[in-house]
Amino acid sequence: MTELNLAANSENKDAVVSLLFQLADDDFLYSFKGSEWLGLAPHIEEDVASSSISQDSMGHAAMYYQLLEELGLGSADSLAHLRPAKERKNSILVERPNGEGYYMEVPKYDWAYAVVRNYFYTAAKKIKIESLKNSSYQPLAEVAVKVNIELYYHLLHWKTWFVQLLSSTDEAKQRMQAAIAQVMKDFGDVFSLGTDGKKIVELGLIEEERTLVQRWQEQMKAVFESLNLEIPEIPAVPEANGRNFEHTKDLETAIATLSEVYRIDTAASW
Amino acid sequence: MQMATDSLEKKVLGVLEEVHDPEINTVSIIDLGMVEEVNVQDYVVNIKILPTFLGCPALELIKENIKKAVISIDEVKEVNVEFINHPPWTSDRISEKGRMGLKAFGIAPPPRLMDSDGSWHVDCPFCGSTYVTMDNIFGPTACRSILYCKSCKNPFEAMKPISTLM
Repeated sequence: MTELNLAANSENKDAVVSLLFQLADDDFLYSFKGSEWLGLAPHIEEDVASSSISQDSMGHAAMYYQLLEELGLGSADSLAHLRPAKERKNSILVERPNGEGYYMEVPKYDWAYAVVRNYFYTAAKKIKIESLKNSSYQPLAEVAVKVNIELYYHLLHWKTWFVQLLSSTDEAKQRMQAAIAQVMKDFGDVFSLGTDGKKIVELGLIEEERTLVQRWQEQMKAVFESLNLEIPEIPAVPEANGRNFEHTKDLETAIATLSEVYRIDTAASW
Repeated sequence: MQMATDSLEKKVLGVLEEVHDPEINTVSIIDLGMVEEVNVQDYVVNIKILPTFLGCPALELIKENIKKAVISIDEVKEVNVEFINHPPWTSDRISEKGRMGLKAFGIAPPPRLMDSDGSWHVDCPFCGSTYVTMDNIFGPTACRSILYCKSCKNPFEAMKPISTLM
């Protein structure tokens, strides 16, 4: 593999930065949404498990922000906390709230939605990570190997919930079906690489969107067939494409909440 | 000079044997296989460490503990500790001594070999029974699972197997 030269070519660097922001912002928002479930999961063992997954995923986001810091984009902490919604590249799927209500008051979060979102997102992340293991950007390929190992347990966990709930009561099945429809509506930008996609693929940073989507569909097919379910369609045109800074109001709310403490004193040492 | 460097390197490795996992005081970072490289040059010590889990909050603490331990050696002028991701840390890096240390703490060491279907089994660290059940693959820290021994009726933890084959 030829070494990717970032110093000599600013276009190459822009492409690496763009992809790293997509990966970092995705896992950051995903783990934030997961952490809002703390104390609210269906039972105590699930609370331990899903908060452990959130912690791992926050660690993954931190690694990507760290790689951005090393490329001179600013400190990892400030990249995570201080960038406004219009500079974020996460998929809109991970910015959606967990359900109705505010977690400090009366959260009426939807566990079916959590299971489906987390399972579909993790399966997509696994596909991307497998491709990133062969990334032409060596620091990213090395991080991908680490992330992949931890992801093994995450995927197993969410798949178990998904299969169990869809093999359960009629009410559970109905709720899960509704959640699948809701999640798929927002799945249009999950594999998108945004306007920088062409360059990202050309440089061999990750494989192209179409290839990744196909792999995801193949993987989900086996699970859906075992449950006698139709394989859900990924919308051809996303409602909004987070990779191109298109977001919903939900992202602003999420950022305001998650960065509240950090903003009080950005120089504080933790 | 070479001999002095070699013996200083030995001293550094010696003090690293005393840097423990912040939550498991019976195993050192050497036992856990976290120390990838110790380089001594002109009394400056550069140490490369492999993180076990990326989101592990103990990493910064471990880094500080390493610095404190190594700078306490008289000849050492400077210590640098760097976390690296390559090679990835895997649970088969834990030494025999580390496995004993985990057991002494009530944590079953990670299984050495996984079956071809990805399943694995561990024995109770207290009574050695194989009659155990998994309560939660996720545990109080990223690297551990929660199990229960049906023989001696003790709950216990086990280190998760971590392998690049996953």
